[in-house]
Amino acid sequence: MNHKCALLVSENKDTLCLTFQGSWNIDVIPCTPPDFNKIFTSQIKTITFDTTQLGEWDSRLLVELSHITKIAAKKEITINSDGLPSGIRKLLQLTRKETLTPPDNKYSESGVVEEIGLYCIDFSKQVVEMLTFTGEILLSYIRLFTGKARYLKKDFVFFLYNCGPQALPIVTLISFLVGFTLAFIGAVQLKMFGADIYVANLVGVTMTREMGPMMAAIIMAGRTGASFAAQLGTMQVNEEVDALQTMGINPLDFLVLPRITALIIMMPLLAIYADFIGILGGFFIGCFSLDISPILYYEQTIKAIPLKHFLVGMTKSVVFGYLIAFFGCLKGMHCGRSAGAVGKATTSAVVSAIVFIVIMDAGFTFFFNILGI
Amino acid sequence: MTSPNNIIEVQNLTMAYGDFVLQRNLSFTIQKGSIFTIMGESGCGKSTLLRHLTGLKRPAAGDIFFSGNNFWECSKEKRVQRMQQCGVLYQSGALWSSMTIGENVALPLQQFTDLSPEFIRELVELKLALVGLKGFENYRPSAISGGMRKRAGLARAIALDPDILFFDEPSAGLDPISSTMLDELILELRDSLGATIVIVTHELPSIFALADNSIFLDTESRTMLATGNPTILAKESESLKVRQFLSRNVYLTD
Repeated sequence: MNHKCALLVSENKDTLCLTFQGSWNIDVIPCTPPDFNKIFTSQIKTITFDTTQLGEWDSRLLVELSHITKIAAKKEITINSDGLPSGIRKLLQLTRKETLTPPDNKYSESGVVEEIGLYCIDFSKQVVEMLTFTGEILLSYIRLFTGKARYLKKDFVFFLYNCGPQALPIVTLISFLVGFTLAFIGAVQLKMFGADIYVANLVGVTMTREMGPMMAAIIMAGRTGASFAAQLGTMQVNEEVDALQTMGINPLDFLVLPRITALIIMMPLLAIYADFIGILGGFFIGCFSLDISPILYYEQTIKAIPLKHFLVGMTKSVVFGYLIAFFGCLKGMHCGRSAGAVGKATTSAVVSAIVFIVIMDAGFTFFFNILGI
Repeated sequence: MTSPNNIIEVQNLTMAYGDFVLQRNLSFTIQKGSIFTIMGESGCGKSTLLRHLTGLKRPAAGDIFFSGNNFWECSKEKRVQRMQQCGVLYQSGALWSSMTIGENVALPLQQFTDLSPEFIRELVELKLALVGLKGFENYRPSAISGGMRKRAGLARAIALDPDILFFDEPSAGLDPISSTMLDELILELRDSLGATIVIVTHELPSIFALADNSIFLDTESRTMLATGNPTILAKESESLKVRQFLSRNVYLTD
């Protein structure tokens, strides 16, 4: 096989003959083509081709020929393509055939200012979207309490199970380790004052007031919030939501209501569970690493956390549960109609939920502090 | 044995997902430069057969030969090389949505050749012109219609000058005019590129307009019912089901 290609030019009065030799493949090292702009002088009227010594060819030859054709057309030189292989003649014809008209929504890069402007518009739209969705949920709950909402009880039970018992293993693991870590770090500091026993207070109060509800919420945002957004987003892509609507079933009652209610009910329970497991993690460190007697640690913990700490944690977790389900459903219901949009909706649901959880938590702490709870 | 004229030869192929056997004992040959259609009811395994022919799925039993070489006995590098010589047009075009049409077509050229960016740009322009999409380089796939997306997918499939082109239901979701235009384009490309073309379809007009040869897969018996030229099969096939399918007549009897 000849692995070299060459292009010879021979002139005969007003005719220029281009001879292609060797393989004209895209994986062959190309020969430098002559500068056609110079070769195609004004005396030349016709270009002919000789391909008797041409080996294998592919798109490389096509590109070269289309290049030649373009320059020739500019200089008003006639091209006689009889000497070309029939395949390439057909390809050249095909490239010159009329094409479809491009639509006018061309993709263009936007500048910084435009980008900022678009972001602001998008942000204000999102705020309106959130407010509208909140209103819609409220109306949906009114329909629920007046007995007009259509939904499946089976769905509701499934979501209760999904948001509660099914989440227990991961909540157990994470809260145990959080309690464990808290006790460990606290112990190092408290040991300096000989106040080892107060590790029980530290772990108990932090878990019940802060970390229990917070960790449970963050786990659920990643686990359940994301899955709500993905489920509803996929239903939106498959036109399942439209199918509900055309049957006269309000998708908010049918899809959103059971999800939000289930999570609001389950979140405080998960938070309490996380509290206990976290305290257990601290207990583990207290007994085995700090040599505090188990009974003493237990009694210290009971003394340290009055019921109000649990109630504070539960109040927070109800709100967190609502936030997670709210963003999961909102992003899912407003999902675009492509597979990529589902991914975006899921990410955005988790990110928004976590951001709002942290903001609300700070708000609560400030508020409870003022009230002295 | 395998003849050099047979670009693809399938011998006693059994396709299965785990224990579930989809089709067994498939044997057929595809000749170089011909148009071959894979026909059959929905769910009979047409697209799975295509996955086997493109080397994406390993046969549960049987062999697939490309130009006389047993595909699954070749080394991994050889197999990848073979797969690069196949162009595939997926049902919905399967364009990468984060890139423009031009970038979609340019990607295989950038990855597998040492061509200069300038040359690639010209080549992309030409490939798009070949499928009737001149000037579409800077559009996102989401900005153009389904028929245009299929054409763009085709431009990407022919980017590396493949010697076999696979089409998965090219006319699915297209209106009759667009689908006829696509059929014409397939014929024109076969004639000019000299590529072998394998099409999965159950569109009768396309089958009769394009196919030189075909295979009919059956769901019930889980094997092929017929192979041959569809125009001849429509009249002379021994199987009633094949004749019913090709004449679009359920009431046809023996």
